[in-house]
Amino acid sequence: MSDPRFHVSVSPHLRDTATIGSIMWTVSAALAPQLVLAAWIFGPRVLLLAAVSVGSCVLCEAAMQRGLGKKVTVRDGSAVLTGLLLAYVLPPGVPLTLPFWGGVFAMCIAKHLFGGLGANFFNPALIARAFLAVGFPVAMTTAWIAPFAWHGAADAVSTATPLYLLKHYGAAAMFQQYGAHAEALRHFFLGIRPGCVGETSTLLLLLGGLVLIWRRIITWHIPAAMLGTAALLAWVFGGETLFTGDPLLHLVTGGMFLGAFFMATDYVTSPSQPRAKLLYGVGAGALTMLIRFKGGYPEGVCYAILLMNCLNPVIENAFRPKRFAAPLPKPEPKPAAKPEAKPAPDASQKDGEGRK
Amino acid sequence: MDYFLMFISAIFVNNILLAQYLGNCPYLGCSKEKGVSIGMGFAVVFVAVMATAFTFIIQKYILVPYDLGYLQTIVFILVIAGLVQFVEMFLKRMVPPLYKSLGIFLPLITTNCAVLGIAILVQRKEYDFATAVFYSFAAGMGFMLALVLMAGIRERLAIARVPKAFEGTAIGLVMAGLMSLAFFAFKGMIA
Repeated sequence: MSDPRFHVSVSPHLRDTATIGSIMWTVSAALAPQLVLAAWIFGPRVLLLAAVSVGSCVLCEAAMQRGLGKKVTVRDGSAVLTGLLLAYVLPPGVPLTLPFWGGVFAMCIAKHLFGGLGANFFNPALIARAFLAVGFPVAMTTAWIAPFAWHGAADAVSTATPLYLLKHYGAAAMFQQYGAHAEALRHFFLGIRPGCVGETSTLLLLLGGLVLIWRRIITWHIPAAMLGTAALLAWVFGGETLFTGDPLLHLVTGGMFLGAFFMATDYVTSPSQPRAKLLYGVGAGALTMLIRFKGGYPEGVCYAILLMNCLNPVIENAFRPKRFAAPLPKPEPKPAAKPEAKPAPDASQKDGEGRK
Repeated sequence: MDYFLMFISAIFVNNILLAQYLGNCPYLGCSKEKGVSIGMGFAVVFVAVMATAFTFIIQKYILVPYDLGYLQTIVFILVIAGLVQFVEMFLKRMVPPLYKSLGIFLPLITTNCAVLGIAILVQRKEYDFATAVFYSFAAGMGFMLALVLMAGIRERLAIARVPKAFEGTAIGLVMAGLMSLAFFAFKGMIA
């Protein structure tokens, strides 16, 4: 503040320089290294994918806002971020119509029908992914590209993700394809593996997530609770017998880090109280592992977060902060004998007296 | 069949509302407030269990032996309507506060397709009596879960700036569709 004297103003008194735009662009920047890596691993095609997705989201946001007579706010970057996240959760080999329709669904239906930024209940990128998984099931489950396949052959070589192999052929088959245990984990950690565009590199996503925590854009609660729960459950139930599972393997495969740091922490669709955040993270981690172990899909992060999105209003309500104020005056006990005898005028009069 | 698996399956995997799309009218009608949705949920659980028990006996000892299967729908509806009427009279006489808090929703259960759906589903799956009653209880709980989740969401929807054309039931239906997409998570979990 430039003025050293007392500053008199109405509340709120705590101020910050953060704006929607600054937050959205920072998150996008924290995600960017992964896109570069994906372009290097899967080929420049993923840049096209991201461009279509972002373009579709921005256009739809602008069109919806204009059509509904609202201010067009595409410059705040929220549509760009949604588009980027949508591209990140798609397999790299999908046809370009998928990111386009995904963007239309995310913006028009999941976001703007519910009132725009801040009013959507589901993470737009994830619900768009769920929509695409139902609408284009073949492309969404088979369009994987093997790392560096684009250097050699002209066409993409399709392959299977580590989690798919793990689910359908067991751990042995997976390590046979990806090398010995330590080597495979190293590759998964660095991001040299097939998978969705933006989920491959645990390292880059972790760094991006730490930047967000350092910039105070997200707090540690949700990622820590989600990753911790998932690791614990992977250790307990992941092996042949109890307590012999491999927690590291489950953390570095699939979209665990992308989900924990960038999807589950979405302000709009996650709770705001610290304890509620912990519960939310634990739920997301547990559901992820439930789907990975028992569900019909190899990967469960997307659906786990969507289910927690469903639960979010109930969680948020259960963890309301305490009021720091004088207790409300107790409502005067009504005469029990006549509950239906014109309660309305009576009650309003009493209310009026109470406030004086 | 393992009862625990069946419970999980009926609540999450084959949720009567979000996976089988039955009972959408109370889902939209009684989800404006959490208290009402819980009351409605319990009422549906109760009626569903009772109706399944009664219709099971009727199906087994009257409809099947006399080859009257084509009367199933009308007989089941009659049983459910009679049961609701009975429950209503019982509550009105014995537990007036509960009767009052349920209000119009109690008679409306008669036309709740989820209750009829449960009663017919257990016939189609050819469960035995105990399993059928247990399944109806679990399915009712699944109905209640979806209803309470929806109520939480709609309490927040009330303050959102939804486009004019989509206010009320329309946005509720969109929401139901999106929730159903999220419940695809459980697809394939238990056969």
